[in-house]
Amino acid sequence: MLEKPSPLALRIRGLAKSFDRPAVDGLDLCVPAGEFYTLLGPNGAGKTTTMRMVAGLLAPDRGAISIFGVDALADPIAAKRIMAWVSDEPMLYDQLTPLEYLDFVAGLWGVEAKLAQTRAQDLLSWLGLAPHADERCGQFSKGMRQKLALAGALVHEPKFIILDEPFTGLDAGSSRVVKDVLRERVRAGCSVIMTTHILEVAERMADRIGVMAKGRLIADGKLDELRQRAGSGDASLEDTFLALVAQDRIAA
Amino acid sequence: MSAPGSLRWFALHETRLAWRDWSWLMTRGGRRRGGGVVLGFLAFLGFVHGLAYLFMTHSTRLTGSADGKELVVVAGMMALTFSAMLSQAMESVTRAFYARGDLELILTSPAATARLFAVRIAAIAATIFCMSLLFAAPAINVQAWLGGAQWLRAYLVVAALAMLAVSVAIAVVGALFRLIGARRTRFVSQIVAAVIGAAFAIGLQFVAIVSFGTMAVPRFAVLERLALDPNAAILWPARAVFGEPAALLSLVGLGVLALAVTIGVFAPRFGALALAAGGVAQVARKQRRSAPSFRGGSPAQALRRKEWSLLTRDPWLMSQTLMQLLYLLPAAFLLWRSFFSEAGVAAFLSPILIMAAGQLGGGLAWLAVSGEDAPELIATAPVAAAKVLRAKTEAVLLGVGIVFVPLVAMLAVVAPYAALVSLFGVAVAAGSATAIQYWFRAQAKRSQFRRRQTSSKVATFAEALSSNGWAGAGAVAVSGTWLAVIPGALVLAMLAGVWWISPARNTSAG
Repeated sequence: MLEKPSPLALRIRGLAKSFDRPAVDGLDLCVPAGEFYTLLGPNGAGKTTTMRMVAGLLAPDRGAISIFGVDALADPIAAKRIMAWVSDEPMLYDQLTPLEYLDFVAGLWGVEAKLAQTRAQDLLSWLGLAPHADERCGQFSKGMRQKLALAGALVHEPKFIILDEPFTGLDAGSSRVVKDVLRERVRAGCSVIMTTHILEVAERMADRIGVMAKGRLIADGKLDELRQRAGSGDASLEDTFLALVAQDRIAA
Repeated sequence: MSAPGSLRWFALHETRLAWRDWSWLMTRGGRRRGGGVVLGFLAFLGFVHGLAYLFMTHSTRLTGSADGKELVVVAGMMALTFSAMLSQAMESVTRAFYARGDLELILTSPAATARLFAVRIAAIAATIFCMSLLFAAPAINVQAWLGGAQWLRAYLVVAALAMLAVSVAIAVVGALFRLIGARRTRFVSQIVAAVIGAAFAIGLQFVAIVSFGTMAVPRFAVLERLALDPNAAILWPARAVFGEPAALLSLVGLGVLALAVTIGVFAPRFGALALAAGGVAQVARKQRRSAPSFRGGSPAQALRRKEWSLLTRDPWLMSQTLMQLLYLLPAAFLLWRSFFSEAGVAAFLSPILIMAAGQLGGGLAWLAVSGEDAPELIATAPVAAAKVLRAKTEAVLLGVGIVFVPLVAMLAVVAPYAALVSLFGVAVAAGSATAIQYWFRAQAKRSQFRRRQTSSKVATFAEALSSNGWAGAGAVAVSGTWLAVIPGALVLAMLAGVWWISPARNTSAG
């Protein structure tokens, strides 16, 4: 009996978006299901534009995006049902408490009330926010806000999570908690794509790493494969990343 | 060059910030040429002066003789101006206490901060003076043109009133800090500001209802009816405007003295009060658990619940809503008085209800449609944009309904036809204001509510025209003539024109 090939969580084909200049330029990218994929790239490489197009926040000029086989451009509602978006700027309401916020998010995704409440309480405990469950979010620190945004992304149990620079401004403790939660989700079968400038996070967490420059994917693979391609031996991801970007610049 | 940290240095710094802020407001942060802004401002000045000229040449001319009637009219205008100034001053003072801005930089610097706060208090007075002049200056200038340069002394009276208003406002906000603490002061002072702003005008209407049995009397006839003592304090500003040297000197002297004392007392304490206000942000607010469990339901229900929670927890919106309700109080009072009679109040009440519904609907719609603090969360949720909009609109219309349906129901007992007209008018006025907000929606934080009217001048004017237009149509309809379709059609045509030039149509067409 033939082994069934692993389905793709995300498949991008020929994706392009221009503002005053091309931001994403014919991007092809695949994220296998159940993997933690990290997208790296220098400033202006097109990472955030790509993530926003996948999340349905930006319309591409051309190309195709499918999430677990669902055409995200033809049927965005179906695609949104199975994914979650977390940006570096937590999307909260200052006048709501964490429990009210999670109740609202669960309502948007149509999660049954009792199930949503159990999940919300578990998530708040897990993320260390349970003592603040009935406080309004307006006074929360950046770390608390980011953890609550992550709880919001997880309360509807998405199959695919998109994270855009989720560790920006987090202290070591909050950062550790967020990493633990994400690892656990991937172990539970969830797929993640994340952009970050913190290469240590990418090195420790990613199953596969993609490197973007000038709107295109210039390298893609496991860390060892990237090292091999960069010819950087046992070098750190930072050295490997810089070497790959430099090679691309020279080639251009 | 002035020495750093000196009073003059701080004054120059504040002037520059105020100028930049004003320029930004005028150009909306764009790179429009300064010349265009100046030309626009001059055109505006010409327009308001023209209006003042038309009004003043077609009404009873002020002769300058301090007889009873003229004195009362000017005293009434001055009292209205002062209540508006006091309301605005309370708002500005509260904002100055609570705005973080550069406060931490200033308070951690070795500069003599009392000097800066002295400048800031004076700047608030100057701002209130300038804002009052937007409306007062055309009247003063035209009166001076028609009646002689001696009328220009009214500028001194307005300046004195501005200084008094700021002094009273700072004393009230300072007292609130002591009495109820920093946390509650913010909310209470906004409410007090709203009440003060409306108090004089509404008070006159109450007196009119009690004295004349209707609100439809010349506004200042009420003051005449009160048979004021010729030396009553409320007549002082009018006497000063009419050129009584003692009144003018007393008023200006009182204003300067009040401001000087306020600066002397509060400038050294301003920093401590602002720090206390800042401390509020560090204290977490516990929310009483009203619902022990999640409520579930459809995405639309979740959106409506969210909108309602946010609307009811927004102190600024609460004070704005209260303002609308305050203006409705005389109407409700009149209804109550004529509850079992057949008094012909309907023709008067119907347009008031419709206009207020349009204004309230516009404010609520901005908060629901444009003032979304988590736009990306909503955009990434599996809910169609049309459904989101519908849920938000329902939340707005429900809010308007809660306020106006009881009043319309009371009206129905007295005048069923007028109630029907009012109900229809309230719905279309609130609906039109919501539609305008939707067509001109621009993503913003809810905290930017204060600046919503500067984001699109077309939307602001359209909202005002629509509310007033529907109110006019309501007034005509209540009188039982089919001619009401004319103002109704004009409003619809205006709405169509506004939609045609709106970003929403151009985006969908593009």
